[in-house]
Amino acid sequence: MKPVFRSAQLFRTAASAACLLLGAVLASCSGAEPVAEPKGAELAAVPAGIEASSPAQRRLITEQQYLNTVANIFGKDIEVIAQFAPMQRTDGLLALGASKAGVPSGELQKFQRAARQVAAQVVDNGNLELRLASHRDALMPCKPAAADKADAACAAMFLRSTGRLLYRRPLSDARLAQMVDQAGKSAVQLGDFYAGIATVIEGMLISPEVLFIEDRTEPDPEHPGRRRLDAYSYASRLSFFLWNAAPDDRVLKAAESGELDTAKGRARVVDMMIASPRLEGGVRGFFDDMLGFDSFANLAKDPSAYPSETGATLADAREQTLRTIYDHLVTKKLDYRDLFTTRTTFMSPTLGTIYRVPAKPGWTEYQFPEGSPRVGLLTQVSFLAQHAHPARSSPTRRGKALRELLLCQPVPLPPPNVDFSALENPKAEHRTQRDRVNFHLQNPVCAGCHKITDPIGLALENFDGAGIYRRSERGVDIDASGALDGKGFTDIAGLSLAVRNHPSLPGCLVRRVYSYGTGAAVDARDKPLVDFLTAEFGRHGYRFPDLMRAIVLSPVFYDVTPPAPAEQKSAAASN
Amino acid sequence: MNTFNRRRVLKGMLGGSAVGVGLPLLNLFLNGNGNALADGSPMPVRFGTWVWGLGMNDAIFTPKKVGANFDLPEEIQSLAPVQKHINLFTRFNTFKDAAPLMCHHTGWVILRTGMAPTVTQVRPGETIDVTIAKKIGNATRFQTLSATSTGDVRDSYSYESANSVNAPEFSPIRFYQNMFGADYQDPNAAEFKPNPRAMVRKSVLSGVVDETNALMKRAGSEDKERLDQYFTSLRDLEKQFDLQLTRPAPLEACVRVGEVRGEPSAGLDTVKVGERHKVMTKLMAMAVACDQTRVFNMAYAGETAATTKAGYEKPHHTATHEEPTDPKLGYQIEVSWFTRRAMENWAEFVATFAGVKEGDGTLLDNCLIYAMSDISYAKIHSLDNIPMFTAGRAGGKIKTGLHIQGNGEAGTRLGYTMMKVLGLDIPSWGTLSNTTSKEVGEILV
Repeated sequence: MKPVFRSAQLFRTAASAACLLLGAVLASCSGAEPVAEPKGAELAAVPAGIEASSPAQRRLITEQQYLNTVANIFGKDIEVIAQFAPMQRTDGLLALGASKAGVPSGELQKFQRAARQVAAQVVDNGNLELRLASHRDALMPCKPAAADKADAACAAMFLRSTGRLLYRRPLSDARLAQMVDQAGKSAVQLGDFYAGIATVIEGMLISPEVLFIEDRTEPDPEHPGRRRLDAYSYASRLSFFLWNAAPDDRVLKAAESGELDTAKGRARVVDMMIASPRLEGGVRGFFDDMLGFDSFANLAKDPSAYPSETGATLADAREQTLRTIYDHLVTKKLDYRDLFTTRTTFMSPTLGTIYRVPAKPGWTEYQFPEGSPRVGLLTQVSFLAQHAHPARSSPTRRGKALRELLLCQPVPLPPPNVDFSALENPKAEHRTQRDRVNFHLQNPVCAGCHKITDPIGLALENFDGAGIYRRSERGVDIDASGALDGKGFTDIAGLSLAVRNHPSLPGCLVRRVYSYGTGAAVDARDKPLVDFLTAEFGRHGYRFPDLMRAIVLSPVFYDVTPPAPAEQKSAAASN
Repeated sequence: MNTFNRRRVLKGMLGGSAVGVGLPLLNLFLNGNGNALADGSPMPVRFGTWVWGLGMNDAIFTPKKVGANFDLPEEIQSLAPVQKHINLFTRFNTFKDAAPLMCHHTGWVILRTGMAPTVTQVRPGETIDVTIAKKIGNATRFQTLSATSTGDVRDSYSYESANSVNAPEFSPIRFYQNMFGADYQDPNAAEFKPNPRAMVRKSVLSGVVDETNALMKRAGSEDKERLDQYFTSLRDLEKQFDLQLTRPAPLEACVRVGEVRGEPSAGLDTVKVGERHKVMTKLMAMAVACDQTRVFNMAYAGETAATTKAGYEKPHHTATHEEPTDPKLGYQIEVSWFTRRAMENWAEFVATFAGVKEGDGTLLDNCLIYAMSDISYAKIHSLDNIPMFTAGRAGGKIKTGLHIQGNGEAGTRLGYTMMKVLGLDIPSWGTLSNTTSKEVGEILV
């Protein structure tokens, strides 16, 4: 693939770069829209002049990555009841917190309990009465000579293959021998070959090699003096990014064979991974993080205000948005920006009561008619209910979410010692949120931030705190007009279009995907590459899978900066 | 308040039918005076914390009278049944110095770490419960236990470090299973059978230790700290397996609870939060009585409490800023409603621990529980006069039933006092204006 880089493109890149500057987050960026190339064309390779590397990290596996990996290796019917500690949201993403998260004692105990659940199921013998199949028969490639005794050959066969998948690289002969020995001793002590195997699986599942996703590096033969990820670490980085799960046998084989060390090989493997159904796990994982859907874990509405919006409704609302996104971006390979104006979504009977539309059992694709106020992601219940109070809407929360989540424009925290008396005692004539919110704008201390959030949030006032459509509030017709960074509109369709066409929208996505993949916040060194990718993303019609592909094949994904060396004396050694 | 006895507490626990109540245990486990274990070792002293959100309204919260037999203004009237078990601390301040005021974050971080956070939304360093757990929490299955009644795993006030949170449990079923499930060793069981799996699990850890050592050798400086912590956690896990192989000492106060089968409804409605708080409190009390932990945390509310009241459109936090002050009463009626519910739950928390008989006193007598809020007057995010409580006598080292006023001195004095009482040999605690080496002497026996 030849690098494509022209002066006009340089200009666009610079313009786009200006939009990314956080200091100018609220300035309107009205650069010329890139000319889209035909659908399906690959994004250009990163030109030689743009160099970027990412820090070598040790990321703690997330709960979803753990669950996905267990399901992929041992089967989707393995049940794990676990609640791991949440990561700290950093630069808009929980994924970045994984690079810093530790494992305190209580957390390791949780991992150990989860490991026991998994191991017990992996070696269970099924239950004929309950018509449950034997996992051991399905998962183990051999049977021991006697089920109540050790069998080193069979143990080695199973532990070698399972260990490779869990550790994301082959086990050393010495480590495998140690595990086989442990399995044998445990089998003798417990009088059960399978119990011995389960004990070793438990140990694997709490190993720091499994829980921490380590970027191991090696000298880069193409760039003397620099380092790159070794093939297995690159395979892991690819897999946790594209699938939100550990690499499978095919990806590990590509690492083993050296295929991942060549550009052609990397491209083949990436294309294979993007074509895999597992991509859905990766895409959902990213958008779940970017959209802050972790807040759904405890989102609830006041039943006296919104009796029809139950926990099941909210769970379906989250699912609806993720289905919409995956269908739009991956299945149909449509323009990312059109997510904000699309009328196509998926409907469940539970959601049908909120949207007031008929719905068939299960999930079915649904098209809102032209003229419907439901236009794009902003008008889905997930966004509207998530960014509202339990018993009322919130223009401020919605406006803030739109700015921060979708446009990467941080809204400052409220200042201290604010006199809130202006907000007290709403007068009788203040019947709508617009009337009440206008109070914010009268106070200069408040207005600085509320001018950023409220005018766009007010455009969503046709939806109450549950996301249910309403024409009026307390007898007064709702005025949903406003402006987003200079683009005026009169209704929600206008806001959706303004968001769709906002110059910061694609750049924000690129920035988030980039840092989600590398595990580090975007900084000045990344800017040329982020700008290049943003421009290319636009030039090729804002196709999300193409963006993912371009990022994982760009140098930033495998050229790494090793961490600062530490003193070699370890706590373990000194213990 | 009526005195709880163990039978009564447990009978009502978790809906009654789901609880197995054991026969009362005899004092044969204790020495002749009922104040020490039979082998002569003193009853263990436990440390707990409890957090509620959005402070109080000074005019109807702060007693006029200082010292013993203090009056209970209307916002804390619900504390009457437990007044003799608690101390109330008012007029203590927290100081942010040059750090920015991070509204509902700064206050509790100072009171639990001794230092003001300097960067927005950065998690605190080691919190007081963790510091104390390092001193007194090493002999139990769990060094610390954290729970929340909010149903949100993100609502934690317990940190090992800025990057290591002790995530709270909010599911009663999971909490029960972790405490009293397969690995539970009943200290009062007639027979003791070491779990053979614990032995093999322990032996498997040796391989994991080797892996950790190998990782340490190639770790960068930041990662090395994380791996150090992992290694310590591994050692703690090893100790857990050892405990399963050792017959636990009998404990009179410990009665294994019956299996929990139901989950409270999700959501932040005050009634639902209260229901979750009730069941988690009772499970926590029994986990402490059964010596599964000696350090525990309960969050009644998350930072920026979002508890709701059915039929009232503003959550607690929003109400603190938007509800008008009633001109006749002089306070925000709905906001005070939320604070009163919090105080009722605090009273219930204390009563639950006081209701478990231990030795010649109660479980609470052998605890020191520290309760605090995140703010004082939430309407203006005031850090001055954040209310605090203690409950329990710390094994006879603490007086109770007192109202102490701090006259604007550092609220960290209380944290420092508690650490000293629990045996930490520290010359001072806190940074900058929150530094103190002065105990709150009024509560010391």
